[in-house]
Amino acid sequence: MTLDDRNPDQPPSPAPDPGAASEAPARRGAPAAEPRAGGVSVFPFSAIVGQDEMKQALLIAAVDPSVGGVLVFGDRGTGKSTAIRALAALLPPMRAVAGCPYACDPASSAGACPHCSGQSAPRRSHRVPVPVVDLPLGATEDRVVGALDLERALTAGVKAFEPGLLARANRGFLYIDEVNLLEDHLVDLLLDVAASGVNTVEREGLSLRHPARFVLVGSGNPEEGELRPQLLDRFGLAVEVTTPTEIATRIAVVRGRDAFERDPAGFVAAHAKAERHLQRRILAARERLARVAVPDATLEAAARLCLALGTDGLRGELTLMRTARALAALDGGEIAEIDHLRRIAPAALRHRLRRNPLDEAGSTARVARAVAEVLA
Amino acid sequence: MTLGSDPEPGRALWTDALRIAALAGADPHGCGGIWLKAGPGPVRDAFLAALQAALPPGAPSRRMPTAIADDRLLGGLDLTATLAAGRPVVQRGLMAEADRGLVVVPMAERLGAGTAARLAAALDTGAVAVAREGLATQLPARFGLILLDEAVEDEAAPRALTDRLAFHLDLSRLASRDLAPRDLAPRDLSPPVPAPAATELQRPTPPASAEAAATALCAAAEALGIGSIRAPILALRVARLAAGLSGDPLGEAQVSEAARLVLAPRATRLPPGEEAPETGPEAVPGDPRPGDLPETQETGDPETDRTDESGRALEEVVLEAARAAIPVGLLAFLAGEQTRSRSAQAGRAGAVAASTRAGRPAGSRPGDPRRGRLALVETLRAAAPWQRLRGGGVNDVGPARIRVRPEDVRIARYRQRTETTTIFAVDASGSAALERLAEAKGAVELLLAESYVRRDRVALVAFRGRGADLVLAPTRSLVRAKRGLAGLPGGGGTPLAAGLDAALDIAEAVRRGGGTPVVVLLTDGRANIARSGEAGRARAGEDALAAARAFRAAGQRAILIDTAPRPQEAARRLAAAMAARYLPLPQADAGTLSVAVRDAGRAA
Repeated sequence: MTLDDRNPDQPPSPAPDPGAASEAPARRGAPAAEPRAGGVSVFPFSAIVGQDEMKQALLIAAVDPSVGGVLVFGDRGTGKSTAIRALAALLPPMRAVAGCPYACDPASSAGACPHCSGQSAPRRSHRVPVPVVDLPLGATEDRVVGALDLERALTAGVKAFEPGLLARANRGFLYIDEVNLLEDHLVDLLLDVAASGVNTVEREGLSLRHPARFVLVGSGNPEEGELRPQLLDRFGLAVEVTTPTEIATRIAVVRGRDAFERDPAGFVAAHAKAERHLQRRILAARERLARVAVPDATLEAAARLCLALGTDGLRGELTLMRTARALAALDGGEIAEIDHLRRIAPAALRHRLRRNPLDEAGSTARVARAVAEVLA
Repeated sequence: MTLGSDPEPGRALWTDALRIAALAGADPHGCGGIWLKAGPGPVRDAFLAALQAALPPGAPSRRMPTAIADDRLLGGLDLTATLAAGRPVVQRGLMAEADRGLVVVPMAERLGAGTAARLAAALDTGAVAVAREGLATQLPARFGLILLDEAVEDEAAPRALTDRLAFHLDLSRLASRDLAPRDLAPRDLSPPVPAPAATELQRPTPPASAEAAATALCAAAEALGIGSIRAPILALRVARLAAGLSGDPLGEAQVSEAARLVLAPRATRLPPGEEAPETGPEAVPGDPRPGDLPETQETGDPETDRTDESGRALEEVVLEAARAAIPVGLLAFLAGEQTRSRSAQAGRAGAVAASTRAGRPAGSRPGDPRRGRLALVETLRAAAPWQRLRGGGVNDVGPARIRVRPEDVRIARYRQRTETTTIFAVDASGSAALERLAEAKGAVELLLAESYVRRDRVALVAFRGRGADLVLAPTRSLVRAKRGLAGLPGGGGTPLAAGLDAALDIAEAVRRGGGTPVVVLLTDGRANIARSGEAGRARAGEDALAAARAFRAAGQRAILIDTAPRPQEAARRLAAAMAARYLPLPQADAGTLSVAVRDAGRAA
């Protein structure tokens, strides 16, 4: 299977005859809910009004995937899904080994995935869009992990592995809307893969491992149930979004939505310049990232901040350091300053506080307090 | 308050309903759909018939049971066709079948959060993502959702869905006599007439710019206290739809109508200036009536300052239209219910969550049928792909036998029935409040935190004064628990019997929902208000003991935490009558409390 036939850029074709589609064979490996599928226009990232913290967190994850994912929690209708789908359209394409179902990086050493390990260098490569894969609620485990290729088993009697959503998300983003409603057994599975970056398949007589490094992006509404603490900890950044209350912002949101719905192509074209500008900023930041220095003073401040808040483990400090560096790179700087820490601390730490469910001040306020005290 | 007493508002409401049917029928997916609050009956049937008539010919309409399983909702592998064809065949789910038509959900108040989220995702994307059983595909599902809500009291259709539907329509107080006779005979239904209710509709309408329309709708939403940003977005979409249907440019009439149909039913407060005598819609547009303008307008942000005179006039007309559509008394009713509706919201989440746990099948797992129920179809489905490899013949002539091996066997999985719900019944009376209410709250907080870690659900009943209140219906949300506990007032008499009765009622509801309830009673045991509501220590004490014995009779696990400074004989007797574990608070430190609750949950 090549990457190309996994991105058949087809619109969800209308089925005039309801009976016809049920006869149609399954499109194997077709994107489950590829935001870009269908050539359907996606609301541009740069046209999203407000929600700066969410946009900042997503851009940081785009610059440095190692920050460990973004969790977006908040009110209904605040454009959580819109922003993540928009990010997919914004990301610059990447080079991938041609024909590799895991979209391996041609620059990295071979042998990581079952497809590339058998091949001798140099491998042919092509440019593919960065995958942003939706994990829909109701997905079965076999489609997430990958399973026996049904069609080949049925028609040819061949036992072959068909990669699942985790394989498709390799080097990209895995998006789970309503992450708090995900079934527990899928959560367990994701936790393991997100931690190791490797998907181990042991089912239906198949036994293999393949790379599955992705940025986990989750969204949800806390009123519909809390997230399991183990999953919460897996996310590098957690942002809270709220419905805009300022009337000017609300008008801008409604007008943008209306303009997009009336003329999607025109709206996207009108924002093409801003999108290109943002894309260049991401690319430049990625390039600069390795050069960004983190001075001792910044590291020390990060450590003091975590100490003051009593966060568990080292993950908080590590995330603070990485996100401050990515933010500095996005700003065009070469040094991660205390100010970068200040800007990123709420998102990096608010979900890591020892849960005191009855502290009247929310965790956001607690982080803000600590930032004011420690980074004064 | 009853609309039936005066035929006019009822008729106007029905006219609006028909207009909604026409709009939603013309573009079901664009409108999201309709949240229809009405019991079954001729009115609801007539409305649904009008809606059906407004749909484009041939548009599908599918009824969805609330307990629908994923294979029918999302779609999956068509086993028979797959075996017959020798290649995987997709069976479309209900949402994909309803593409370009309607999904009708009767008893929508019973929808679980998971099903609601799947519907919401399809509403947002216009497609259903199938990633199941070896299939990965995306099918178009551009349907409109019709939620038939028959809720009483604490229930309501999921907010995640209602927020996405343009129209919220309450026909529950409408009687058949409000309908024109022809509306009751669905067959000869002519396309519904547009509502000529507001006078400004008859005026030729000046075209409105998109900017002015957006501004007016946002201002109206603000004035009516509508928080969700989806409301003005949907209203503008409906205004455009109305303009498209009549062939007019987007104008004042369409925007006003959208405000009336989409925004007014979502109102949570009266627009400022309502108290002032009504000048009516015929007031000169542009007439400065500062009282009518939302406050944020007056503070003057740059965006609205740019709107010219005519823009401001549109805002007023739109708000006027929305206001006129708010039934008299509805907002007063809402205002009175504000505090109650919050707990009603909580109650909904609890009830819905419970309904998904009532032993509903939750897929299947490989396993031994001796230790579970065999899932036959799933087993066959697991075996199907292997038939060729196993030398069986899916395409063989003659009766093909399916070769099933032990590893194919699947057993059905049900939702866990062992989820614990801890019901706190807290004595917030004067005697307790004066002495130990703060400490009791502390103990509850501690246990809440513990419950959170174990992912239990919690409920909170407080009794004081004359009766017991359900402060927090069973929920897993800490946000709500926090709120409920913080707002717990103290003082008044001790209606212990009422508190026990309320706690037992909830416990039974939890048990019916498949959960395991544990009651934690915090009291000093000194009842002084009887079930009848009368004061009197003797009678109250007898009632409390009777209520306590009901716990024993029901086999309800309970813990009594004596909050008095010194252990009370009354509390000890009560615990004995309840067959509850007795813990005096002075000895109940953090560890003891949490261990006691955990043990009770496990033993239950």
